[in-house]
Amino acid sequence: MLLQQLINGIMLGSTYSLVAIGYTLIFGVLNVLHFAHGEVYMIGAFVGLEFALLTKMNILVTIIVAMCATGLLGVMIERGVIRLIKREYPLAPLSATIGLSVIFQEGITKIFGADTIGFPDTFQAQSFQFGDVSVDSTQVTILLVSFFLMATLTLFVKKTKSGKAIRAVAENPVTAQLLGVNIDRVTMLTFAISSALAGAAGVLVGLAYNAISPFMGIRMALLSFAIMLLGGLGNITGAMFGGLILGIVEVLSTVYFSSTYRDAFTFGTMIVILIFRPAGLFGTKLQKGR
Amino acid sequence: MFSEYTESLFIMAGINIILGFSFYFPRSAGMFSMAQGGFMAIGAFISAALTVKLGMPFYPALLIGGIVAGIVGVIAGFPALRIKGVYLLLLTLGISEVIRIFFLNFSYTGGVAGLGGIQLHTNLWNVYFTVAILVYFFHRLAPTRMGRAIAAIGEDEEAAEMMGIDLTVTKLQVFGISAAMSGLAGGFYAHYSLYITSDNFGVAKSLEILLPVLMGGTEVFWGAILGSFVTTFVPEWLRFIQPYRMMIFGFIIVVMMILRPQGLVDRSLVSSIGLRLRSIRLLWFPRPAP
Repeated sequence: MLLQQLINGIMLGSTYSLVAIGYTLIFGVLNVLHFAHGEVYMIGAFVGLEFALLTKMNILVTIIVAMCATGLLGVMIERGVIRLIKREYPLAPLSATIGLSVIFQEGITKIFGADTIGFPDTFQAQSFQFGDVSVDSTQVTILLVSFFLMATLTLFVKKTKSGKAIRAVAENPVTAQLLGVNIDRVTMLTFAISSALAGAAGVLVGLAYNAISPFMGIRMALLSFAIMLLGGLGNITGAMFGGLILGIVEVLSTVYFSSTYRDAFTFGTMIVILIFRPAGLFGTKLQKGR
Repeated sequence: MFSEYTESLFIMAGINIILGFSFYFPRSAGMFSMAQGGFMAIGAFISAALTVKLGMPFYPALLIGGIVAGIVGVIAGFPALRIKGVYLLLLTLGISEVIRIFFLNFSYTGGVAGLGGIQLHTNLWNVYFTVAILVYFFHRLAPTRMGRAIAAIGEDEEAAEMMGIDLTVTKLQVFGISAAMSGLAGGFYAHYSLYITSDNFGVAKSLEILLPVLMGGTEVFWGAILGSFVTTFVPEWLRFIQPYRMMIFGFIIVVMMILRPQGLVDRSLVSSIGLRLRSIRLLWFPRPAP
């Protein structure tokens, strides 16, 4: 029973991690809370759904298409909005992204309606039984895809030149620029990667719960904030583990307490961490003015 | 005086102004609070429970709601003393959600079903009387010791502390007073919408409160007033394009943050209007030569 719930928690948590990594990347590079990121995740789910309904392709193709679409959307957000806002006003990008999430939510509601809809049955789920634990093929897909994406991202950020540039800008934008890093390019790349990850998470969550709605983005945005804090602002590895921890906490609190309290646990955790360990569980250095 | 429809818009705008003030006030002391939606829930549920369940008259109930929200605000202010910037934003966001989830589970005030059967007590007069009192309060506060202390903290916290300002006391006072304002607005809201559920409040509400203030500008309290009128009336004027009005509204916010990130009203605008008014007055009522 406990093992089963742990697996469910890790499955849920890995999708949280994907979205939260995006938040933490964008925050690290730009120092901006990107409220509309939850909406990007929601749009990923809808693009995936539409694509699956129209072409009846398999799930991997669907995820790749959704990732491309949201990646493009992320670049558009960065070039069309974030880059145009002056940096001297820390609240301006925040409110602009709130405006963006209003636009996205309303737009998707207009196109698809406000009701919750499910993915088609083409992705037949097979169940595997290991002793007491049953795992179906959907869960396996979710786990494999999200861990593959996280591993790729970690390698990318650690090993490639672009990845190092991202880390350099997150560390100190001025020095990075002096050393010849093209900040605009790095910012755009960050938005593309983060949004693509969120899109993948959207499809995976849609697949897991078979229910997507235009309003699924807000809760994910709030959870991602909590995860970001748990892992330490701007810390990618922290966001991965933070997502897994929150996923497990959520599943266990739903099973052993009551489902109406599950978010109270999440935000309670967040408040406690902010008070006692504002650098997050995995520690990043606190910067003045953040 | 007005048609019923216009009156309802003015009442909503008035409630939004009070909420806008409750956001502006901590902001002027350099604290970015997203907890107002939660404090508003406290004021709304407590005042409504007092009038509905205990048959208390409206005004005492409204005051008690405001006071309780203020007390919770002071308690919530303690952790807020240690952190700032994005951390404070996320902490207050968590507080807001925890309060909402508390009322979602609190059966005395209806729990999930919400609290109904509230009588209509809110009207143009009592809302705008409250707004007038608050404007008078801000106006009189500015030149006092506390007002100057708040402004100093908003400019530079460390410098203010060096000058002998008690950060703890001032910040807690500001947090408590602003929470009480949110509580009052919540009481008015409850006795106007006549039926409240916890879904009306929380972070979604905090974002709604945020928009008018950010639109109007956070430098002076006039920003909250103008912003509330704009965000209440513009979506109504856009009714002729009914299905797309919220999208266009979001678009306006984004464009405005690009073109005028400090908000519609800033300090220089207010002082230039003030100068002009003074020169007009001098033109018509010249002071006698000494």
